[in-house]
Amino acid sequence: MTLATIRDLRAHYATAERRYHALDGAELAVEPGRILGIVGESGCGKSTLASVLSLNPKPALRVDSGTMSIAGTEIDLADIESHRSLRGGTVALLPQGALGALNPTRRIGAAAHDILAAGPGRIKRSASAARTAARLEELDLPPRVLDAYPHQLSGGMRQRVVAALATLRDPRLLVADEPSSALDVSSQRLLMNLLRRLVDEELVEGIVLITHDVALLSELADRIAVMYAGRVVEQAPARTLVERPRHPYSKALFASVLVPEPGTRERRLDGIPGSPPDLRAREPGCAFAPRCAEATEQCRARRPALIETGPAAAACWLRDPAKEPADAR
Amino acid sequence: MPAEEPMLRARGLTKTFGRGRLEVCAVDAVDLAIAPGEVVALVGQSGSGKSTLGRLLLRLLDPTAGRIEFDGREVTGLRGAGRRRYWRAVQAVFQDPFAAFHQYRRVGATLAAARRLLAPADRDVADPGAALAAVGLDPDRTAAKRPHELSGGQLQRAMIARALMLRPRLLIADEATSMLDASVRVTVLNLLADLRRDRDLSVLFVTHDLGQAYYLADRILVMHRGRIVESGPAERVVADPEHDYTRSLLADVPKLHHG
Repeated sequence: MTLATIRDLRAHYATAERRYHALDGAELAVEPGRILGIVGESGCGKSTLASVLSLNPKPALRVDSGTMSIAGTEIDLADIESHRSLRGGTVALLPQGALGALNPTRRIGAAAHDILAAGPGRIKRSASAARTAARLEELDLPPRVLDAYPHQLSGGMRQRVVAALATLRDPRLLVADEPSSALDVSSQRLLMNLLRRLVDEELVEGIVLITHDVALLSELADRIAVMYAGRVVEQAPARTLVERPRHPYSKALFASVLVPEPGTRERRLDGIPGSPPDLRAREPGCAFAPRCAEATEQCRARRPALIETGPAAAACWLRDPAKEPADAR
Repeated sequence: MPAEEPMLRARGLTKTFGRGRLEVCAVDAVDLAIAPGEVVALVGQSGSGKSTLGRLLLRLLDPTAGRIEFDGREVTGLRGAGRRRYWRAVQAVFQDPFAAFHQYRRVGATLAAARRLLAPADRDVADPGAALAAVGLDPDRTAAKRPHELSGGQLQRAMIARALMLRPRLLIADEATSMLDASVRVTVLNLLADLRRDRDLSVLFVTHDLGQAYYLADRILVMHRGRIVESGPAERVVADPEHDYTRSLLADVPKLHHG
């Protein structure tokens, strides 16, 4: 059974004068035992999507339409707060900047007790300590960490502590929002190994990993969804997407990755000209058309739907499977 | 690669913080030289001392030992007007553009203030509008905006415009492109490469990302625990690293590979 699905999710942030349409028909499906990666530039709506999926949206977010289900529960998107009992136990968030996520004035054991005590039933201090120690051990942390304050731990240890706390109530789905963007490559590598382990050892059923680091996702994710202007414009198994991206935006994104491999720097890269669209105004056509070298009249006039072709899907008029020869699919 | 006399040279540069048992040697007897028009990448993990080294070279910190020369003249102890003159030639761009701009002032005003403070009567300085145009921003519209009205990438480019407006000869860029999206990052790196080609600008590019270092730099210095453990042409360091630490750094960089 699919662990979580989102269908046609539309949501905006409202200020006194304007609306920012952060999500504009986003689609998502998380399969059990898998890591789904979501990638896109700043402002494409990926963190908003993560906040809705983890039942933790900013108060200013208004959901206009769409459906979402997590582990068999239909979520009432008009009143996400009513599902707060699912937070921590069914779905948990591994936040951005994991190093700042710990309360500096509380011992790890006390913070862990708060999390467990927020769950169903009563739990004694000794029981929560035992449970926390077990989870810490699974992440190669000694039990003495329970008595430590965050500042007494190294950066790498704090990172694992945050992962331990986020998974303490055995959530079925873990949503990781840019968990590694503040880290150097070596700490990043450790965190990625940790996420892989959480899934492989079935400590969580599935992970949604949100990042702007395409190379990282290509190594870790089983499936990748590319977001642009509040929508998923392409998704496919990671390998398919890296080897044969179909949407021009995905192609440009993957072509901007700098890798330190001998001989690769003779070619000057272009990046992506222009900037992401203004989310206040909604144009009728494909949101990427103004930056797309291949855009046609049709692209500017009408918005392409996300069309599935086998395990992959793309929202692009130029990649309409009806118009493509079979061997290009 | 330019083989001229170095423009910037550091010898035995050392910086320690704290005392006694808590003493940390952040930069440990580092020697380095940067030639005119040369792009040198300084690569290392968090805590390797690379930012401290950048700050020493910028004269924002006083070294515990060692000396720094610019154009053959010692600048190690410069203060006041002498240091301000040094900053005419050596400019910096840091990681967070939102921290570098005054939140309430328009971008144009911040640029004008930099010019007024560092180069009041200098005709060789570009005006803020021309500087913004040179980094690919709309001069009038950008100058009239406040920082929160621009994206991170736009503001980062405005910060580079502020630094380059003074026509420095050396730019010290400390994780200047780390916060940017990959697509925007490439355009900023291309801009630095063009400025080097067109104006002979030298760049010390401080980063933890070997991918960026390799794309931009002539030479890569690898820093580990306060010391430069490897130094060489970018192509050689990446193709045939000599030091184990460099090899492990290279292994940790995510590649666009699969399975």
